[in-house]
Amino acid sequence: MEDKKKRTWRQKTAAVLNKQWVAGYVFIFPFIIGVLVFKLAPFFTSFYLAFTDYSVLSPPKWIGLDNFRKMFLQDEKFWASLLVTFKFAFVQVPVKLAVSLLVALVLSRRSRAVGVYRTIFYIPSLMGGSVAVALLWKQLFAMDGVINVLLGWIGIPPVQWLTNPSTALYVLIGLGVWQFGSSMLIFLAAIQNVPATYYEAARIDGAGGFTCFFRITLPMITPVLFFNLVNQLIGALQAFNSSYLITSGGPLNSTLYYGLHLYNRAFKYYEMGYGCAMAWFMLVIIGIFTALVFRSSSAWVYYESEVK
Amino acid sequence: MPRGKMGMKKKKAISALLYHCLVALFCIVMIYPFLWMAASSFKPNSDIFSTVESLIPRSFTLEHYGDGWRGFAGFGFGSFYRNSVVIALLCTVGTVLSSVIVAFGFARLKFPGRGFWFGLMMLTMMLPSQVLMIPQFLLFNTFKMVGTFLPLFLPAFFGNAFDVFMVMQFIRGIPREMDDAARIDGCGWYGVFWRIYLPMIRPAVATVAVLTFLGSWQDFMGPLLYLNGPGQYTVAYALKLFNDSAGNDYGATFAMSVLSLVPVLILFFLFQKQLVEGISLQGLKG
Repeated sequence: MEDKKKRTWRQKTAAVLNKQWVAGYVFIFPFIIGVLVFKLAPFFTSFYLAFTDYSVLSPPKWIGLDNFRKMFLQDEKFWASLLVTFKFAFVQVPVKLAVSLLVALVLSRRSRAVGVYRTIFYIPSLMGGSVAVALLWKQLFAMDGVINVLLGWIGIPPVQWLTNPSTALYVLIGLGVWQFGSSMLIFLAAIQNVPATYYEAARIDGAGGFTCFFRITLPMITPVLFFNLVNQLIGALQAFNSSYLITSGGPLNSTLYYGLHLYNRAFKYYEMGYGCAMAWFMLVIIGIFTALVFRSSSAWVYYESEVK
Repeated sequence: MPRGKMGMKKKKAISALLYHCLVALFCIVMIYPFLWMAASSFKPNSDIFSTVESLIPRSFTLEHYGDGWRGFAGFGFGSFYRNSVVIALLCTVGTVLSSVIVAFGFARLKFPGRGFWFGLMMLTMMLPSQVLMIPQFLLFNTFKMVGTFLPLFLPAFFGNAFDVFMVMQFIRGIPREMDDAARIDGCGWYGVFWRIYLPMIRPAVATVAVLTFLGSWQDFMGPLLYLNGPGQYTVAYALKLFNDSAGNDYGATFAMSVLSLVPVLILFFLFQKQLVEGISLQGLKG
Protein backbone atom coordinates (compact mmCIF):
# COMPACT_ATOMS: atom_id res chain seq x y z
CA MET A 1 0.00 0.00 0.00
CA GLU A 2 2.69 2.43 1.11
CA ASP A 3 4.90 1.30 -1.73
CA LYS A 4 2.21 1.98 -4.30
CA LYS A 5 1.63 5.45 -2.96
CA LYS A 6 5.32 6.23 -3.17
CA ARG A 7 5.51 5.07 -6.73
CA THR A 8 2.60 7.19 -7.88
CA TRP A 9 4.19 10.19 -6.19
CA ARG A 10 7.37 9.49 -8.03
CA GLN A 11 5.57 9.02 -11.29
CA LYS A 12 3.76 12.29 -10.77
CA THR A 13 7.02 14.14 -10.23
CA ALA A 14 8.48 12.51 -13.31
CA ALA A 15 5.45 13.52 -15.33
CA VAL A 16 5.71 17.13 -14.17
CA LEU A 17 9.43 17.25 -14.80
CA ASN A 18 8.88 15.86 -18.27
CA LYS A 19 6.50 18.60 -19.33
CA GLN A 20 8.33 20.48 -22.00
CA TRP A 21 8.29 23.87 -20.32
CA VAL A 22 9.42 22.45 -16.98
CA ALA A 23 12.21 20.51 -18.64
CA GLY A 24 13.20 23.67 -20.49
CA TYR A 25 13.66 25.58 -17.26
CA VAL A 26 15.49 22.66 -15.66
CA PHE A 27 18.00 22.68 -18.51
CA ILE A 28 18.61 26.41 -18.58
CA PHE A 29 18.60 26.70 -14.78
CA PRO A 30 22.40 27.02 -14.49
CA PHE A 31 22.32 29.86 -17.00
CA ILE A 32 19.55 31.70 -15.12
CA ILE A 33 21.48 31.56 -11.85
CA GLY A 34 24.70 32.54 -13.61
CA VAL A 35 23.23 35.47 -15.49
CA LEU A 36 21.53 36.83 -12.37
CA VAL A 37 24.52 36.44 -10.04
CA PHE A 38 27.48 37.05 -12.32
CA LYS A 39 26.03 39.36 -14.96
CA LEU A 40 22.87 41.29 -14.03
CA ALA A 41 23.61 41.94 -10.35
CA PRO A 42 27.16 43.19 -11.12
CA PHE A 43 25.81 45.20 -14.04
CA PHE A 44 23.38 47.18 -11.90
CA THR A 45 25.81 47.39 -8.98
CA SER A 46 28.35 48.90 -11.32
CA PHE A 47 25.83 51.50 -12.47
CA TYR A 48 25.05 52.45 -8.89
CA LEU A 49 28.71 52.55 -7.85
CA ALA A 50 29.51 54.90 -10.74
CA PHE A 51 27.74 57.62 -8.74
CA THR A 52 29.51 56.87 -5.47
CA ASP A 53 32.83 57.26 -3.76
CA TYR A 54 33.83 53.77 -2.72
CA SER A 55 37.19 52.54 -1.45
CA VAL A 56 36.02 49.08 -0.28
CA LEU A 57 36.99 49.85 3.34
CA SER A 58 34.06 52.16 4.05
CA PRO A 59 30.55 51.86 2.54
CA PRO A 60 29.89 53.61 -0.79
CA LYS A 61 29.02 57.28 -0.48
CA TRP A 62 26.63 58.86 -2.98
CA ILE A 63 28.34 61.75 -4.76
CA GLY A 64 26.09 62.18 -7.80
CA LEU A 65 27.94 63.11 -10.96
CA ASP A 66 31.23 63.94 -9.24
CA ASN A 67 33.07 60.95 -10.72
CA PHE A 68 32.14 62.01 -14.22
CA ARG A 69 33.03 65.63 -13.50
CA LYS A 70 36.43 64.50 -12.24
CA MET A 71 36.87 62.27 -15.26
CA PHE A 72 36.11 64.95 -17.85
CA LEU A 73 37.58 68.00 -16.14
CA GLN A 74 40.41 66.97 -13.83
CA ASP A 75 41.86 63.61 -14.83
CA GLU A 76 44.33 64.37 -17.61
CA LYS A 77 45.26 60.72 -17.84
CA PHE A 78 41.64 59.92 -18.65
CA TRP A 79 41.78 61.88 -21.91
CA ALA A 80 45.29 60.63 -22.63
CA SER A 81 44.21 57.02 -22.18
CA LEU A 82 41.09 57.51 -24.28
CA LEU A 83 43.19 58.94 -27.09
CA VAL A 84 45.73 56.11 -26.82
CA THR A 85 42.97 53.52 -26.98
CA PHE A 86 41.35 55.13 -30.03
CA LYS A 87 44.70 55.32 -31.76
CA PHE A 88 45.41 51.70 -30.88
CA ALA A 89 42.02 50.49 -32.10
CA PHE A 90 41.80 52.58 -35.26
CA VAL A 91 45.26 51.63 -36.44
CA GLN A 92 45.32 48.02 -35.34
CA VAL A 93 41.87 46.89 -36.47
CA PRO A 94 42.05 48.00 -40.14
CA VAL A 95 45.64 46.80 -40.55
CA LYS A 96 44.89 43.45 -38.94
CA LEU A 97 41.76 42.95 -41.05
CA ALA A 98 43.61 43.87 -44.24
CA VAL A 99 46.49 41.50 -43.46
CA SER A 100 44.20 38.64 -42.49
CA LEU A 101 42.08 39.09 -45.62
CA LEU A 102 45.15 39.25 -47.83
CA VAL A 103 46.68 36.11 -46.31
CA ALA A 104 43.34 34.32 -46.53
CA LEU A 105 43.19 35.17 -50.25
CA VAL A 106 46.70 33.89 -50.78
CA LEU A 107 45.84 30.67 -48.97
CA SER A 108 42.53 30.15 -50.74
CA ARG A 109 44.36 28.40 -53.59
CA ARG A 110 43.73 24.68 -53.35
CA SER A 111 46.91 22.88 -52.44
CA ARG A 112 47.85 20.29 -49.89
CA ALA A 113 50.44 22.54 -48.26
CA VAL A 114 47.78 25.16 -47.46
CA GLY A 115 46.71 23.20 -44.38
CA VAL A 116 50.23 23.46 -43.00
CA TYR A 117 50.53 27.19 -43.75
CA ARG A 118 47.15 27.83 -42.18
CA THR A 119 48.26 26.06 -39.02
CA ILE A 120 51.50 28.03 -38.79
CA PHE A 121 49.80 31.38 -39.33
CA TYR A 122 47.31 30.54 -36.62
CA ILE A 123 49.94 29.79 -33.96
CA PRO A 124 50.70 33.43 -33.01
CA SER A 125 47.04 34.16 -32.42
CA LEU A 126 46.72 30.97 -30.38
CA MET A 127 49.44 32.06 -27.98
CA GLY A 128 49.64 35.80 -28.62
CA GLY A 129 47.68 36.76 -25.52
CA SER A 130 49.98 34.84 -23.23
CA VAL A 131 52.42 36.36 -20.79
CA ALA A 132 55.28 34.47 -22.43
CA VAL A 133 54.72 36.19 -25.77
CA ALA A 134 54.43 39.62 -24.18
CA LEU A 135 57.76 39.15 -22.41
CA LEU A 136 59.27 37.86 -25.64
CA TRP A 137 57.98 40.84 -27.61
CA LYS A 138 59.64 43.16 -25.11
CA GLN A 139 63.00 41.49 -25.75
CA LEU A 140 62.59 41.47 -29.53
CA PHE A 141 62.19 45.25 -29.51
CA ALA A 142 64.86 45.89 -26.88
CA MET A 143 67.74 48.19 -27.77
CA ASP A 144 70.02 45.19 -28.47
CA GLY A 145 67.12 42.97 -29.60
CA VAL A 146 66.60 41.08 -32.83
CA ILE A 147 64.67 43.84 -34.59
CA ASN A 148 67.44 46.38 -34.18
CA VAL A 149 70.08 43.87 -35.27
CA LEU A 150 68.09 43.07 -38.41
CA LEU A 151 67.64 46.78 -39.13
CA GLY A 152 71.37 47.21 -38.64
CA TRP A 153 71.98 44.80 -41.52
CA ILE A 154 70.24 47.16 -43.91
CA GLY A 155 71.98 50.18 -42.44
CA ILE A 156 69.28 51.57 -40.16
CA PRO A 157 70.57 52.77 -36.78
CA PRO A 158 69.03 51.13 -33.70
CA VAL A 159 65.76 52.59 -32.43
CA GLN A 160 64.64 52.88 -28.78
CA TRP A 161 61.35 51.22 -29.64
CA LEU A 162 59.87 50.89 -26.19
CA THR A 163 61.25 53.96 -24.47
CA ASN A 164 60.32 56.39 -27.21
CA PRO A 165 56.76 57.74 -26.79
CA SER A 166 56.29 57.98 -30.56
CA THR A 167 57.11 54.34 -31.31
CA ALA A 168 56.06 52.37 -28.21
CA LEU A 169 52.38 52.16 -29.11
CA TYR A 170 53.23 50.86 -32.58
CA VAL A 171 55.22 48.01 -31.06
CA LEU A 172 52.07 46.96 -29.19
CA ILE A 173 49.97 47.42 -32.33
CA GLY A 174 52.45 45.18 -34.13
CA LEU A 175 51.94 42.51 -31.50
CA GLY A 176 48.19 42.70 -32.12
CA VAL A 177 48.53 42.56 -35.91
CA TRP A 178 50.88 39.60 -35.66
CA GLN A 179 47.95 37.68 -34.16
CA PHE A 180 45.85 37.93 -37.31
CA GLY A 181 45.44 34.14 -37.43
CA SER A 182 41.94 33.68 -36.06
CA SER A 183 40.33 36.36 -38.24
CA MET A 184 42.29 34.92 -41.18
CA LEU A 185 40.75 31.49 -40.52
CA ILE A 186 37.27 33.01 -40.49
CA PHE A 187 37.94 34.82 -43.80
CA LEU A 188 39.39 31.69 -45.33
CA ALA A 189 36.35 29.59 -44.44
CA ALA A 190 34.11 32.26 -45.98
CA ILE A 191 36.17 32.52 -49.17
CA GLN A 192 36.10 28.76 -49.64
CA ASN A 193 32.33 28.86 -49.22
CA VAL A 194 31.83 31.03 -52.31
CA PRO A 195 30.42 28.73 -55.03
CA ALA A 196 32.99 28.01 -57.75
CA THR A 197 30.29 28.43 -60.41
CA TYR A 198 30.27 32.20 -59.77
CA TYR A 199 33.92 32.45 -60.75
CA GLU A 200 33.45 30.17 -63.74
CA ALA A 201 30.63 32.34 -65.02
CA ALA A 202 32.71 35.47 -64.49
CA ARG A 203 35.70 33.96 -66.33
CA ILE A 204 33.51 33.13 -69.32
CA ASP A 205 32.45 36.78 -69.37
CA GLY A 206 36.15 37.67 -69.43
CA ALA A 207 36.62 38.92 -65.87
CA GLY A 208 40.17 39.05 -64.49
CA GLY A 209 41.46 38.34 -60.99
CA PHE A 210 40.84 41.84 -59.67
CA THR A 211 37.33 42.06 -61.04
CA CYS A 212 36.57 38.64 -59.56
CA PHE A 213 37.78 39.79 -56.16
CA PHE A 214 35.93 43.09 -56.06
CA ARG A 215 32.74 41.87 -57.74
CA ILE A 216 32.42 38.34 -56.29
CA THR A 217 34.70 37.48 -53.38
CA LEU A 218 34.50 40.76 -51.47
CA PRO A 219 30.70 41.14 -51.64
CA MET A 220 30.21 37.49 -50.74
CA ILE A 221 32.33 37.71 -47.60
CA THR A 222 31.01 41.03 -46.28
CA PRO A 223 28.98 39.30 -43.52
CA VAL A 224 32.19 37.76 -42.21
CA LEU A 225 34.08 41.02 -42.64
CA PHE A 226 31.37 42.65 -40.57
CA PHE A 227 31.65 39.98 -37.86
CA ASN A 228 35.44 40.35 -37.72
CA LEU A 229 35.22 44.14 -37.66
CA VAL A 230 32.81 44.22 -34.70
CA ASN A 231 34.74 41.56 -32.81
CA GLN A 232 38.15 43.14 -33.32
CA LEU A 233 36.93 46.64 -32.55
CA ILE A 234 35.31 45.62 -29.25
CA GLY A 235 38.42 43.61 -28.35
CA ALA A 236 40.81 46.46 -29.15
CA LEU A 237 38.85 49.02 -27.13
CA GLN A 238 39.17 46.73 -24.10
CA ALA A 239 42.87 45.93 -24.50
CA PHE A 240 44.85 45.55 -21.30
CA ASN A 241 47.47 42.80 -21.21
CA SER A 242 50.03 43.99 -23.73
CA SER A 243 50.40 47.40 -22.13
CA TYR A 244 50.41 46.09 -18.57
CA LEU A 245 53.03 43.46 -19.37
CA ILE A 246 55.30 45.24 -21.84
CA THR A 247 55.31 48.97 -21.13
CA SER A 248 53.18 49.45 -17.97
CA GLY A 249 51.52 52.34 -19.80
CA GLY A 250 54.74 54.26 -20.39
CA PRO A 251 56.74 56.00 -21.69
CA LEU A 252 54.97 59.25 -20.80
CA ASN A 253 51.59 57.47 -20.82
CA SER A 254 51.96 56.88 -24.56
CA THR A 255 50.67 53.30 -24.20
CA LEU A 256 48.30 53.87 -21.29
CA TYR A 257 45.24 51.97 -22.53
CA TYR A 258 41.89 53.00 -21.14
CA GLY A 259 41.59 49.53 -19.59
CA LEU A 260 44.93 49.91 -17.84
CA HIS A 261 44.08 53.35 -16.48
CA LEU A 262 40.77 51.98 -15.21
CA TYR A 263 42.54 49.06 -13.56
CA ASN A 264 45.07 51.36 -11.89
CA ARG A 265 42.40 53.67 -10.51
CA ALA A 266 40.26 50.80 -9.22
CA PHE A 267 42.80 48.30 -7.96
CA LYS A 268 45.91 50.35 -7.23
CA TYR A 269 44.22 53.36 -5.64
CA TYR A 270 40.99 51.58 -4.66
CA GLU A 271 38.76 54.13 -6.35
CA MET A 272 36.07 51.59 -7.19
CA GLY A 273 33.36 54.19 -7.83
CA TYR A 274 35.58 56.09 -10.23
CA GLY A 275 36.54 52.85 -11.97
CA CYS A 276 32.86 52.00 -12.47
CA ALA A 277 32.20 55.44 -13.90
CA MET A 278 35.05 54.90 -16.36
CA ALA A 279 33.72 51.47 -17.27
CA TRP A 280 30.28 52.89 -17.99
CA PHE A 281 31.74 55.60 -20.17
CA MET A 282 33.54 52.88 -22.15
CA LEU A 283 30.31 50.91 -22.39
CA VAL A 284 28.62 53.95 -23.94
CA ILE A 285 31.50 54.40 -26.40
CA ILE A 286 31.48 50.74 -27.41
CA GLY A 287 27.70 50.95 -27.74
CA ILE A 288 27.97 53.96 -30.06
CA PHE A 289 30.63 52.34 -32.26
CA THR A 290 28.76 49.05 -32.46
CA ALA A 291 25.54 50.88 -33.33
CA LEU A 292 27.36 52.86 -36.05
CA VAL A 293 28.85 49.72 -37.55
CA PHE A 294 25.49 47.94 -37.41
CA ARG A 295 23.63 50.87 -38.96
CA SER A 296 26.16 51.24 -41.74
CA SER A 297 26.02 47.52 -42.39
CA SER A 298 22.88 47.67 -44.55
CA ALA A 299 24.89 49.77 -47.00
CA TRP A 300 27.82 47.41 -47.39
CA VAL A 301 27.01 43.99 -45.95
CA TYR A 302 25.49 41.69 -48.52
CA TYR A 303 23.26 38.85 -47.38
CA GLU A 304 22.50 36.36 -50.10
CA SER A 305 19.05 35.48 -48.78
CA GLU A 306 17.87 39.09 -49.17
CA VAL A 307 18.15 38.93 -52.92
CA LYS A 308 16.28 35.70 -53.42
CA MET B 1 51.00 21.60 -80.04
CA PRO B 2 52.99 19.61 -77.53
CA ARG B 3 55.58 22.33 -77.19
CA GLY B 4 53.16 25.04 -76.12
CA LYS B 5 51.63 22.69 -73.61
CA MET B 6 55.04 21.93 -72.15
CA GLY B 7 55.69 25.65 -71.83
CA MET B 8 52.39 26.15 -70.01
CA LYS B 9 53.16 23.32 -67.66
CA LYS B 10 56.59 24.70 -66.92
CA LYS B 11 55.17 28.16 -66.29
CA LYS B 12 52.62 26.71 -63.94
CA ALA B 13 55.26 24.75 -62.06
CA ILE B 14 57.45 27.83 -61.71
CA SER B 15 54.60 29.95 -60.42
CA ALA B 16 53.65 27.21 -57.94
CA LEU B 17 57.26 27.01 -56.76
CA LEU B 18 57.41 30.77 -56.36
CA TYR B 19 54.13 30.74 -54.44
CA HIS B 20 55.28 28.05 -52.02
CA CYS B 21 58.67 29.71 -51.50
CA LEU B 22 57.10 33.07 -50.66
CA VAL B 23 54.44 31.65 -48.35
CA ALA B 24 56.94 29.40 -46.60
CA LEU B 25 59.24 32.37 -46.10
CA PHE B 26 56.40 34.32 -44.56
CA CYS B 27 55.67 31.31 -42.31
CA ILE B 28 59.22 31.44 -41.01
CA VAL B 29 58.92 35.17 -40.32
CA MET B 30 55.69 34.51 -38.43
CA ILE B 31 57.09 31.88 -36.11
CA TYR B 32 60.59 33.32 -35.93
CA PRO B 33 59.94 34.94 -32.51
CA PHE B 34 59.10 31.53 -31.05
CA LEU B 35 62.16 29.92 -32.60
CA TRP B 36 64.29 32.75 -31.27
CA MET B 37 62.88 32.36 -27.78
CA ALA B 38 63.39 28.61 -27.80
CA ALA B 39 66.98 29.01 -29.08
CA SER B 40 67.75 31.72 -26.52
CA SER B 41 66.55 29.52 -23.68
CA PHE B 42 69.45 27.14 -24.48
CA LYS B 43 72.12 29.86 -24.71
CA PRO B 44 74.23 31.07 -21.79
CA ASN B 45 73.04 34.53 -20.66
CA SER B 46 76.17 36.18 -22.05
CA ASP B 47 75.35 34.85 -25.53
CA ILE B 48 71.65 35.72 -25.76
CA PHE B 49 72.12 39.28 -26.92
CA SER B 50 75.67 39.03 -28.27
CA THR B 51 74.60 36.31 -30.72
CA VAL B 52 71.09 37.63 -31.06
CA GLU B 53 70.73 36.79 -34.76
CA SER B 54 71.73 33.16 -34.45
CA LEU B 55 69.13 30.48 -33.91
CA ILE B 56 71.71 27.82 -33.11
CA PRO B 57 73.34 28.18 -29.66
CA ARG B 58 77.13 28.54 -29.82
CA SER B 59 77.41 26.68 -26.53
CA PHE B 60 74.38 24.70 -25.51
CA THR B 61 73.19 24.81 -21.90
CA LEU B 62 70.24 23.46 -19.95
CA GLU B 63 70.98 25.44 -16.79
CA HIS B 64 68.17 27.96 -17.40
CA TYR B 65 65.60 25.21 -17.15
CA GLY B 66 66.95 24.10 -13.79
CA ASP B 67 67.33 27.67 -12.49
CA GLY B 68 63.92 28.72 -13.72
CA TRP B 69 62.11 25.65 -12.45
CA ARG B 70 63.18 26.58 -8.91
CA GLY B 71 60.88 29.61 -9.24
CA PHE B 72 60.84 32.36 -6.62
CA ALA B 73 59.70 33.08 -3.06
CA GLY B 74 60.09 29.44 -2.13
CA PHE B 75 57.69 28.13 -4.76
CA GLY B 76 58.89 26.36 -7.87
CA PHE B 77 57.23 26.15 -11.27
CA GLY B 78 56.05 22.67 -10.31
CA SER B 79 53.68 24.32 -7.87
CA PHE B 80 52.60 26.95 -10.43
CA TYR B 81 51.96 24.21 -12.96
CA ARG B 82 49.79 22.32 -10.50
CA ASN B 83 47.73 25.43 -9.76
CA SER B 84 47.25 26.16 -13.46
CA VAL B 85 46.22 22.59 -14.22
CA VAL B 86 43.72 22.48 -11.35
CA ILE B 87 42.10 25.78 -12.32
CA ALA B 88 42.05 25.04 -16.04
CA LEU B 89 40.56 21.58 -15.52
CA LEU B 90 37.84 22.87 -13.20
CA CYS B 91 37.02 25.61 -15.71
CA THR B 92 36.86 23.09 -18.52
CA VAL B 93 34.64 20.63 -16.67
CA GLY B 94 32.33 23.43 -15.56
CA THR B 95 32.07 25.03 -18.98
CA VAL B 96 31.49 21.78 -20.80
CA LEU B 97 28.81 20.54 -18.39
CA SER B 98 26.90 23.78 -18.14
CA SER B 99 27.11 24.84 -21.76
CA VAL B 100 25.96 21.45 -23.04
CA ILE B 101 22.98 21.35 -20.68
CA VAL B 102 21.93 24.95 -21.28
CA ALA B 103 22.43 24.66 -25.04
CA PHE B 104 20.10 21.66 -25.21
CA GLY B 105 17.45 23.58 -23.30
CA PHE B 106 17.63 26.57 -25.63
CA ALA B 107 18.01 24.65 -28.87
CA ARG B 108 15.44 21.87 -28.47
CA LEU B 109 12.81 22.75 -25.88
CA LYS B 110 9.97 25.23 -26.27
CA PHE B 111 8.94 27.03 -23.13
CA PRO B 112 7.45 30.39 -22.23
CA GLY B 113 10.21 32.98 -21.68
CA ARG B 114 12.72 31.23 -23.90
CA GLY B 115 13.03 34.23 -26.18
CA PHE B 116 13.60 36.51 -23.21
CA TRP B 117 16.36 34.41 -21.66
CA PHE B 118 18.00 33.76 -24.98
CA GLY B 119 17.98 37.46 -25.80
CA LEU B 120 19.49 38.15 -22.40
CA MET B 121 22.26 35.69 -23.15
CA MET B 122 23.07 37.37 -26.46
CA LEU B 123 23.13 40.76 -24.73
CA THR B 124 25.56 39.59 -22.04
CA MET B 125 27.80 38.34 -24.82
CA MET B 126 28.30 41.92 -25.98
CA LEU B 127 28.80 43.37 -22.52
CA PRO B 128 32.39 44.59 -22.11
CA SER B 129 34.19 42.71 -19.37
CA GLN B 130 35.42 45.98 -17.87
CA VAL B 131 31.92 46.87 -16.71
CA LEU B 132 31.63 43.63 -14.77
CA MET B 133 35.23 43.47 -13.51
CA ILE B 134 34.86 45.74 -10.47
CA PRO B 135 31.44 44.59 -9.18
CA GLN B 136 32.38 40.93 -9.69
CA PHE B 137 35.52 41.53 -7.66
CA LEU B 138 33.43 43.16 -4.94
CA LEU B 139 30.99 40.24 -5.04
CA PHE B 140 33.75 37.68 -4.54
CA ASN B 141 35.30 39.92 -1.92
CA THR B 142 32.02 40.02 0.03
CA PHE B 143 31.92 36.24 0.12
CA LYS B 144 35.59 36.07 1.18
CA MET B 145 36.56 34.26 -2.00
CA VAL B 146 39.39 36.62 -3.02
CA GLY B 147 42.62 34.74 -2.43
CA THR B 148 41.08 31.40 -3.43
CA PHE B 149 40.68 29.66 -6.80
CA LEU B 150 36.88 29.99 -6.65
CA PRO B 151 36.50 33.27 -8.58
CA LEU B 152 38.59 31.78 -11.39
CA PHE B 153 36.45 28.73 -12.03
CA LEU B 154 33.07 29.13 -10.31
CA PRO B 155 31.46 31.27 -13.06
CA ALA B 156 32.37 28.55 -15.57
CA PHE B 157 29.75 26.26 -14.03
CA PHE B 158 26.88 28.56 -15.00
CA GLY B 159 27.03 28.52 -18.76
CA ASN B 160 29.32 30.76 -20.81
CA ALA B 161 27.31 32.51 -23.52
CA PHE B 162 29.84 31.95 -26.33
CA ASP B 163 30.12 28.25 -25.61
CA VAL B 164 26.38 27.77 -25.18
CA PHE B 165 25.88 29.46 -28.53
CA MET B 166 28.49 27.28 -30.22
CA VAL B 167 26.95 24.04 -28.90
CA MET B 168 23.49 25.31 -29.85
CA GLN B 169 24.57 25.80 -33.44
CA PHE B 170 25.85 22.27 -33.46
CA ILE B 171 22.63 20.84 -31.97
CA ARG B 172 20.56 22.70 -34.57
CA GLY B 173 22.33 20.67 -37.22
CA ILE B 174 21.01 17.40 -35.77
CA PRO B 175 17.71 16.24 -37.35
CA ARG B 176 14.74 16.53 -34.99
CA GLU B 177 13.25 13.20 -36.16
CA MET B 178 15.73 11.51 -33.83
CA ASP B 179 14.17 12.85 -30.67
CA ASP B 180 10.60 12.45 -31.95
CA ALA B 181 11.27 8.75 -32.46
CA ALA B 182 12.79 8.43 -29.01
CA ARG B 183 9.86 10.31 -27.44
CA ILE B 184 7.39 7.94 -29.04
CA ASP B 185 9.36 5.06 -27.58
CA GLY B 186 8.72 6.54 -24.14
CA CYS B 187 11.97 8.35 -23.60
CA GLY B 188 11.70 11.52 -21.49
CA TRP B 189 13.48 14.78 -22.31
CA TYR B 190 16.30 13.87 -20.00
CA GLY B 191 16.68 10.52 -21.70
CA VAL B 192 16.67 12.19 -25.11
CA PHE B 193 19.41 14.54 -23.93
CA TRP B 194 21.45 11.81 -22.29
CA ARG B 195 21.08 9.00 -24.81
CA ILE B 196 20.77 10.82 -28.11
CA TYR B 197 22.26 14.29 -27.95
CA LEU B 198 25.16 13.83 -25.59
CA PRO B 199 26.83 11.17 -27.74
CA MET B 200 26.20 13.17 -30.92
CA ILE B 201 27.59 16.50 -29.81
CA ARG B 202 30.96 15.12 -28.81
CA PRO B 203 32.85 17.09 -31.51
CA ALA B 204 31.37 20.35 -30.24
CA VAL B 205 32.24 19.34 -26.69
CA ALA B 206 35.84 18.77 -27.70
CA THR B 207 36.08 22.22 -29.27
CA VAL B 208 34.55 23.92 -26.23
CA ALA B 209 36.81 21.96 -23.88
CA VAL B 210 40.04 22.79 -25.68
CA LEU B 211 39.21 26.46 -26.14
CA THR B 212 38.24 26.79 -22.47
CA PHE B 213 41.34 25.01 -21.23
CA LEU B 214 43.60 27.18 -23.36
CA GLY B 215 41.79 30.34 -22.33
CA SER B 216 42.08 29.53 -18.66
CA TRP B 217 45.70 28.40 -18.99
CA GLN B 218 46.75 31.70 -20.54
CA ASP B 219 44.47 33.93 -18.46
CA PHE B 220 46.36 36.77 -16.83
CA MET B 221 43.70 39.19 -15.60
CA GLY B 222 41.92 36.64 -13.38
CA PRO B 223 44.98 35.59 -11.37
CA LEU B 224 46.10 39.24 -11.23
CA LEU B 225 42.84 40.21 -9.54
CA TYR B 226 42.12 37.22 -7.37
CA LEU B 227 45.25 35.35 -6.30
CA ASN B 228 47.18 36.24 -3.17
CA GLY B 229 50.59 34.83 -2.43
CA PRO B 230 52.98 32.75 -4.55
CA GLY B 231 51.52 29.47 -3.27
CA GLN B 232 48.43 30.16 -5.40
CA TYR B 233 50.02 31.58 -8.54
CA THR B 234 49.35 30.09 -11.94
CA VAL B 235 52.09 29.64 -14.53
CA ALA B 236 51.03 32.69 -16.56
CA TYR B 237 50.96 35.00 -13.55
CA ALA B 238 54.09 33.55 -11.96
CA LEU B 239 55.94 34.06 -15.23
CA LYS B 240 55.35 37.81 -15.12
CA LEU B 241 56.52 38.06 -11.50
CA PHE B 242 59.43 35.74 -12.18
CA ASN B 243 60.53 38.01 -14.99
CA ASP B 244 60.29 41.03 -12.68
CA SER B 245 62.39 39.30 -10.03
CA ALA B 246 64.88 37.60 -12.34
CA GLY B 247 66.22 40.92 -13.61
CA ASN B 248 68.89 40.20 -16.18
CA ASP B 249 68.53 36.43 -16.08
CA TYR B 250 66.83 36.41 -19.48
CA GLY B 251 67.65 32.78 -20.12
CA ALA B 252 65.61 31.54 -17.18
CA THR B 253 62.63 33.70 -18.19
CA PHE B 254 62.81 32.34 -21.73
CA ALA B 255 63.13 28.77 -20.47
CA MET B 256 60.02 29.12 -18.31
CA SER B 257 58.20 30.93 -21.13
CA VAL B 258 58.91 27.96 -23.37
CA LEU B 259 57.61 25.59 -20.72
CA SER B 260 54.46 27.69 -20.26
CA LEU B 261 53.70 27.37 -23.97
CA VAL B 262 54.41 23.63 -24.27
CA PRO B 263 50.96 22.52 -23.04
CA VAL B 264 49.34 25.01 -25.43
CA LEU B 265 51.29 23.59 -28.36
CA ILE B 266 50.57 19.98 -27.39
CA LEU B 267 46.84 20.63 -27.09
CA PHE B 268 46.89 22.54 -30.34
CA PHE B 269 48.49 19.73 -32.28
CA LEU B 270 46.25 17.10 -30.70
CA PHE B 271 43.03 19.02 -31.36
CA GLN B 272 44.04 21.05 -34.36
CA LYS B 273 41.04 20.03 -36.40
CA GLN B 274 38.49 20.92 -33.74
CA LEU B 275 40.17 24.23 -32.99
CA VAL B 276 40.55 25.39 -36.56
CA GLU B 277 37.01 24.33 -37.41
CA GLY B 278 35.65 25.93 -34.26
CA ILE B 279 37.26 29.27 -35.12
CA SER B 280 36.36 29.09 -38.80
CA LEU B 281 32.71 28.40 -38.06
CA GLN B 282 32.35 31.25 -35.58
CA GLY B 283 32.04 33.76 -38.36
CA LEU B 284 29.90 31.70 -40.70
CA LYS B 285 27.21 30.70 -38.31
CA GLY B 286 27.09 33.89 -36.26
